[in-house]
Amino acid sequence: MKDIAQGYMTEDGRQIGAVLMELKNITLKFGGVQAITNASFDIREGEIRAIIGPNGAGKSSMLNVINGFYHPQEGEVWFHGKKRPSMPPSEIARQGIARTFQNIALFHGMTTVENVMTGRQLMMKKNFFWQLLRVGPALEEETVHRRKCEEIIDFLEIQAIRKTPVGSLPYGLQKRVELARALAMEPKLLLLDEPMAGMNVEEKEDMSRFILDVNDQYGTTIALIEHDMSVVMDLADRVVVLDYGKMLADGTPDEVQKNQAVIDAYLGVEN
Amino acid sequence: MVSGSETGGVLQSVPAYVRRNAKTFSNAPAFREKQFGIWQSWTWLQVEKYVTELALGLLQLGAREGDHIAVIGRNRPHLYWAMMSVQMVGAVPVPLYQDAVAEEMSYVLSHCGARFVIADDQEQVDKVLEVQEDLPSLDQMIYLDARGMRKYDHSKLHDLEKVRESGVEASTTERQELETRIGKLNFQSICVMLYTSGTTGKPKGVVLSNKNIIISSLNGCKFDNIGKDDEILSYLPIAWVGDFIFSFGQCVVSGVRVNCPESRETVLSDLREIGPSYYFAPPRIFESMLTSVMLRIEDTSVVKKWLYDYFMAHATQVGPLILDKKPVGRWALIKYKVGEFLIYAPIKNILGLSQVRVGYTAGEAIGPEIFDFFRSLGINLKQLYGQTEASIFVTVQPDGEVRSDTVGVPAPDVEVRIGSNGEVYYRSPGAFVEYYKNPESTAETKDPDGWVATGDAGFLEPDTGHLRIIDRAKDVGKLSGGSMFAPKYVENKLKFYPNILEAVLFGAGRDNCVAFINIDLTAVGYWAERNNIAYSSYQELSSNPKVLDMVQEHVEKVNKSVSEDEMLSGCQIHRFLVLHKELDADDGELTRTRKVRRKIIGEKFDDLVTALYDGSDSIYTETEVTYEDGRKGKIAATLQIRNAAISDGSTSMAAE
Repeated sequence: MKDIAQGYMTEDGRQIGAVLMELKNITLKFGGVQAITNASFDIREGEIRAIIGPNGAGKSSMLNVINGFYHPQEGEVWFHGKKRPSMPPSEIARQGIARTFQNIALFHGMTTVENVMTGRQLMMKKNFFWQLLRVGPALEEETVHRRKCEEIIDFLEIQAIRKTPVGSLPYGLQKRVELARALAMEPKLLLLDEPMAGMNVEEKEDMSRFILDVNDQYGTTIALIEHDMSVVMDLADRVVVLDYGKMLADGTPDEVQKNQAVIDAYLGVEN
Repeated sequence: MVSGSETGGVLQSVPAYVRRNAKTFSNAPAFREKQFGIWQSWTWLQVEKYVTELALGLLQLGAREGDHIAVIGRNRPHLYWAMMSVQMVGAVPVPLYQDAVAEEMSYVLSHCGARFVIADDQEQVDKVLEVQEDLPSLDQMIYLDARGMRKYDHSKLHDLEKVRESGVEASTTERQELETRIGKLNFQSICVMLYTSGTTGKPKGVVLSNKNIIISSLNGCKFDNIGKDDEILSYLPIAWVGDFIFSFGQCVVSGVRVNCPESRETVLSDLREIGPSYYFAPPRIFESMLTSVMLRIEDTSVVKKWLYDYFMAHATQVGPLILDKKPVGRWALIKYKVGEFLIYAPIKNILGLSQVRVGYTAGEAIGPEIFDFFRSLGINLKQLYGQTEASIFVTVQPDGEVRSDTVGVPAPDVEVRIGSNGEVYYRSPGAFVEYYKNPESTAETKDPDGWVATGDAGFLEPDTGHLRIIDRAKDVGKLSGGSMFAPKYVENKLKFYPNILEAVLFGAGRDNCVAFINIDLTAVGYWAERNNIAYSSYQELSSNPKVLDMVQEHVEKVNKSVSEDEMLSGCQIHRFLVLHKELDADDGELTRTRKVRRKIIGEKFDDLVTALYDGSDSIYTETEVTYEDGRKGKIAATLQIRNAAISDGSTSMAAE
């Protein structure tokens, strides 16, 4: 594996920076089930990092560890060079980690713009009653946040569904709205749990372009779980491979593709 | 200083008009665009400043007089302004269809030898980069939307905003140079080059002078009394002559306000917000509006549906009369007013047509019931007949003389005559200068006296002077029996059914006529839903026997109606099939303005045409399709062929 201690330059000329998040010897158990066993890897600033593996490999659990929803029994999570103490997910979100879900988790009765606005909720300072009155400082605050949301709506090209209740939208668009909500938080680290699941080829291409554009335009670091190998190989700078909660490999897409353990895990191996 | 000498109050170039507008309309809003959910607006003073700065920037980049500069993108104020800047430096703007695939773009860009390309966004830039090796004359590229462009090599690629900023810093010499170039512009200078969509063969570059555009725009404004208080929504392709006249020419000469939608998908809601007073749409848009109204009425409560039916029946009777200011009874008038309050006004509001003072449709024939529907609502919808070579206007319908079966009387300053072969000719100030680098075609189309052949067959009604178009002159042929074959005439009748999206008729030189039909997925899909017919794809729906029955019914009705016209009764459809794929411009089957390319379709689906004539009941076929991103794939299907009953005018009998 190439030396990446000081950050590195990707093939398409992006500068990848220092370590943003480091996971050290993570072990996560649910009762007797060992979901993750002694996994260690890092995510660098500006990077697109993929986590892949067969079903039940512990990928989503890993994202849940990163965003603080699960607390691992062993191991440490380092964020911005500091060891992260145990804290509620809302606090971690405030530190700049946003995510989307494998099964879309939007407010179905609300419109696109309202859903995206909920992404700003953590940043709104005025309390509920001010917001209810919607005058003076509360209105000013809402204007600022709305502007940011509109930028994201423009960025993801969902203007046409701005006022459509998300429950009535097709799946691919709902995924995009969810991405918009995550972006509204202006995250440093964006976690995407199977962003392309259930999409057709064209929707996948659109989504890939948006992920690359987000990374490029906002400099957002992205960690994603994905099953479509061609997508992973195109998008990711580095890939972590999990199998039965254990790390099989960690490296560039090319390295990982050539790794015998990975090939065995994916194609099965004759014993 | 206003340059471009004046002749009787008419200025001789677009830049001269831009400067006049900055003086006379100064702080009046000139352009609007919805961005970030809000309508942004720019005054004429701002526009003039921007256009001049950008022109200086282009000058610094090395734009020369007479250069062709391609402009690719959707309707955006900055692209319209870029065209004005291009004209200021003495170059010629060449707007292109934004949804053209790379090879199509390559042909046009190399044919005109474009030195600069001004593109909307990354998608367009990528397409040009893909074919740049075939474009030796291409020098610089400029983009408007910077998203995704950061990593590109910027040695020959520039951000439009940066080009403008560099123009702000221009030296005195450069400013003088620009003034000199603007000063040289006159009526004879080239205003724009527009590529025809090319129903047959490769697109041709139609060269239009300042005189063509300015006089045509002025005449159009005068004819309908259009001016600075009017609003239009610009959403049709910028490469199309209609948009160039309505959103550019008329905006520049009379100050019509141009509103640009937020994105392609938001056009309908933006239309509602702007409420334009001057509206232009091809028939298919009116068709889809009517379909959406009908579908929603079907779903509404019994009372509302009854009210709708009751008042629409009344509107159909008196609406058009009231619109034409013809006398109607007092009671009928009162009833219409009540209907206006309850039904007509809300429908117009939903469609965004409340403010429309003048509406036009052109490009294709419009179904009489669609046309009448909008006119009964009190919308002054009229027809216009024109073409790129005429700077659009050939004939228009004056207020009070609007009918669905004619295209109106010759537009102001236009002379129309019918050739001995039935072809329509015109002579007008808007008549094009030439086809670029194509003297043979120019000579074929335009004679030394200035008469231009339209390629359409038609006749002038003796008593009213209205022009009626039958078909494309070269499409009009003969069946082997000697009777007249006018495919478009029959196709249009078929297309008037909401369930039928496209139809292609074959029969020239044959014993009888056969047809390909394309169903309309929205209308038929909705019908299928209501009738509990399950389908998973277009292909499956189009081969459903019940759908075929329905299409057959339509075809037989059309046969009956065709049989009533003695001259054309030979054009009845004997056999037909419903195509397994939608005809698509990406596959070359339609032009970019969605006109059927009969010959190409005939060659591509040769096996199907053969099957239609050899009497088989079904045919297996494989077709290559192009996906939106340019990749190709194949679809296979077995198509059923149906025989349709033909009419002999009074009694009907089954064919074969």
